[in-house]
Amino acid sequence: MQPTRRTMLKGLGAIGCSLAAHPLTTTMTFAAAPGENRLVVLILRGAMDGIGTLQPVADPAYARLRPELSRASPGADLTQGFALHPRLDPLRPLWAAGELAFVPAVSTPYRDQRSHFDGQDMLEAGTGRDVPVGAVRGGWLNRMLGVVPGVTAETAFAIGRDTPLILTGDQPISSWSPATRLDLSPQARLLLERLYEADPLFHAAAFEALELAESLGRSEEVDSFGEMMRMTRDAQAEERAAEGARALASFAAARLREETRIASFSLTGWDTHRGQRSALDQALRRLSDSILTLRDELGPLWGKTAVLAVTEFGRTAAENGTGGTDHGTGGLMLLVGGAVRGGRLFGGWPGLDESALYDRRDLMPLDDVRRYAAWVLRGLYGIEAGTLGSVVFPGLDLGDDPGVLV
Amino acid sequence: MPADPLTLAIRFGYGLSPLHPPPADADALMAALNGPDRIARQYRQPPSPLALSRVAVQLQAKRAMNRDETEANRRALRAANRQLAEDYDDARRALMARAALSPDPFRERLAAFWTDHFTVHLPGGRWRSVVPAYVESAIRPFVAGRFAGMLRAVVTHPAMLVYLDQFQSVGPQSRTGRQSGRGLNENLARELMELHTLGVDGGYTQDDVRELAELLTGLSISDEGFAFKPQLAEPGPEVVLGRRYGGAEPARLDEVLAAVDDLARHPATAAHLARKLAVHFVSDTPDPDLVAALAARWRETDGDLAAVAERLVTHPASAAPLGAKAKRPQEFLLSALRALGPVPRALTGMGRRTLDGVFSTPLRAMGQAWPEAPGPDGWPEEAGSWITPQGLAARITWAMAAPRVVRPDLPDPRDFVETALGPLAGRETRFAARAAETGWEGVGLVLASPEFNRR
Repeated sequence: MQPTRRTMLKGLGAIGCSLAAHPLTTTMTFAAAPGENRLVVLILRGAMDGIGTLQPVADPAYARLRPELSRASPGADLTQGFALHPRLDPLRPLWAAGELAFVPAVSTPYRDQRSHFDGQDMLEAGTGRDVPVGAVRGGWLNRMLGVVPGVTAETAFAIGRDTPLILTGDQPISSWSPATRLDLSPQARLLLERLYEADPLFHAAAFEALELAESLGRSEEVDSFGEMMRMTRDAQAEERAAEGARALASFAAARLREETRIASFSLTGWDTHRGQRSALDQALRRLSDSILTLRDELGPLWGKTAVLAVTEFGRTAAENGTGGTDHGTGGLMLLVGGAVRGGRLFGGWPGLDESALYDRRDLMPLDDVRRYAAWVLRGLYGIEAGTLGSVVFPGLDLGDDPGVLV
Repeated sequence: MPADPLTLAIRFGYGLSPLHPPPADADALMAALNGPDRIARQYRQPPSPLALSRVAVQLQAKRAMNRDETEANRRALRAANRQLAEDYDDARRALMARAALSPDPFRERLAAFWTDHFTVHLPGGRWRSVVPAYVESAIRPFVAGRFAGMLRAVVTHPAMLVYLDQFQSVGPQSRTGRQSGRGLNENLARELMELHTLGVDGGYTQDDVRELAELLTGLSISDEGFAFKPQLAEPGPEVVLGRRYGGAEPARLDEVLAAVDDLARHPATAAHLARKLAVHFVSDTPDPDLVAALAARWRETDGDLAAVAERLVTHPASAAPLGAKAKRPQEFLLSALRALGPVPRALTGMGRRTLDGVFSTPLRAMGQAWPEAPGPDGWPEEAGSWITPQGLAARITWAMAAPRVVRPDLPDPRDFVETALGPLAGRETRFAARAAETGWEGVGLVLASPEFNRR
């Protein structure tokens, strides 16, 4: 018997409530997603050097704290005494068009321990210091899905090998890596479904894998082991390319053109303890590539899109002894997209004078990164401020609207 | 009730094998671990000094080539590169052969656990064979020895010193620091406390990180390997967690190692690692009594890892039913090889393309490339991190394609379901083994089953 969507559904029905919110059943039940606005959250893992990216060239302490780095990659002026790292020059047209904004001194509530892992957990959990790291399960983007009506598993998509914490939680989401393929004979597929029926974790993953592999048009029938072996081997080169920033962004754009409204993926390579010049170059190039790919491939939908690029914390104000920077506190946030009121900075600048630094070493954060994320969610999806401050970001004071959206 | 042989084989080993019976009981498991490491001599990897000397040779050849593109230099560089690639292939073969063929797979699992705990990731072909050599020299000899010994070996190994930037850290007031204006890098100091010993809640402050970073200056590398360079060392003393270290002039390595030893001995380290061991081997939400028992044994024995392992395998919580955890991709792949029972030559004679096709590429696709972890905190534990659509798709694809490569005489799936899973095989898995259209699909379905992918 050929397995079809229908037979798969029948198999699912037998399992009952544990799969009530499963991708296929839910997409078939609901047609509408939460409006037409798109949100992309880029997680810059490893702590981006905000000071080296949006360079405070007019701050007298800048060149003094960073004698080597400030000369390594000098940017051209952008605005109000800040220069832009030359690797982000491809984004200047977006700035000119009012589609790119920066928050130069922002952070999560995370302080003092400067651990990447706890810092990222807090960034993605969306919690404050009143909650121990790890105590709230799941991420803020997932909790946000719980308060928007009409959400399906297609609404939010985690792209890449790992599902980031920010999208995990009780609400169903989709995840896939553009490099993955799965081709099976019809009989093997059928037997696999039976094999996984009693194990919800495996069942959900396998079911989604089969669906996605099919929907991405990779389902050439494979009937020999040799063929499969060849594919396993050839996957390597393809894999490398497909895991690149452009491929992730391109895959995100493809999903966002369909049912998906929220996508998230990670860009790594920001932990520039040494040799920052070339490491930051490469990381910024990936960031710029991702953003431009999203803009190009979203076409007219770009006008309804906001991209947030966030990192776990900033880096030390001063360069260290090895041509790099160490873990810091305040950092940089980027807001990009046609839905963003760009061409400006938000949230002020504390200065790099020693007395203005946090702990006499790090950029002082002037604002909470969650506040910007919350106001973006409020603007794009109309979520009540009270809900944002209790469910999505427990304990967050939203304060006044910074006005980051058009 | 003590754990039965099946549970011991799966929870503390790489599962069942047609070549070796499961351990009779915890005593048998420990007797093998406390015996000599025979399998490492049987399936060899280049040890650190050799691997490092080959990196040095390659670096020199590269420099010579950059200076002067002669035919002789080109040939020398090509030979050096070939040697590094061969070492890496040997490391991949040895890893597979040891897990699949050892009568003492607990040692392999412990080596994998500690390798993950002390993750290093050195990108680029040049360094690739150094990571397995680091494991061979700094991790493996200590898995049934003392934690303090392992910690000393790790923080003085070039792989770790390069990975966490320590070799470039210079005391600002050291001789080199004053001359060159170079300074501190606190990466290793932080991870040493946060990840390797005390844990993030272990009660240290930013000042402790800074002081330890100053104390660690001097740990460095030369073309020959590890080197302690007093000219890089910040003049002491430094105060770490309330205790003073250093201050000798010129600075001495034993002053640094005294602080490393104290971190190994700290009660927070015992608590941190007791929990980590329990999470890895037994459950993501481990029995608090198990964690407490491991921490107590750790403190009583001052971090004797064989004694801690003994407590782990004999504790009643370790007899709990299997299946609470998902095998991580490397565990999945290695336990599948073990279940297939290949002849040694099928693994030790594997060519490079096959190594890529059967081992490296699929592991990357499953989400756990070897040997590198994404960050110094190693790989995640929770099943949900691994049993994702893309991760599971890669496991299924491997299960269908790879077994034939290591067992051209593929077993009958109806037998294989017994060899691989025994009494754990569920009704649907037995049915799939019977109903598959081809033998390779039947074997693939057994390996793709939830029973096989959990532990």
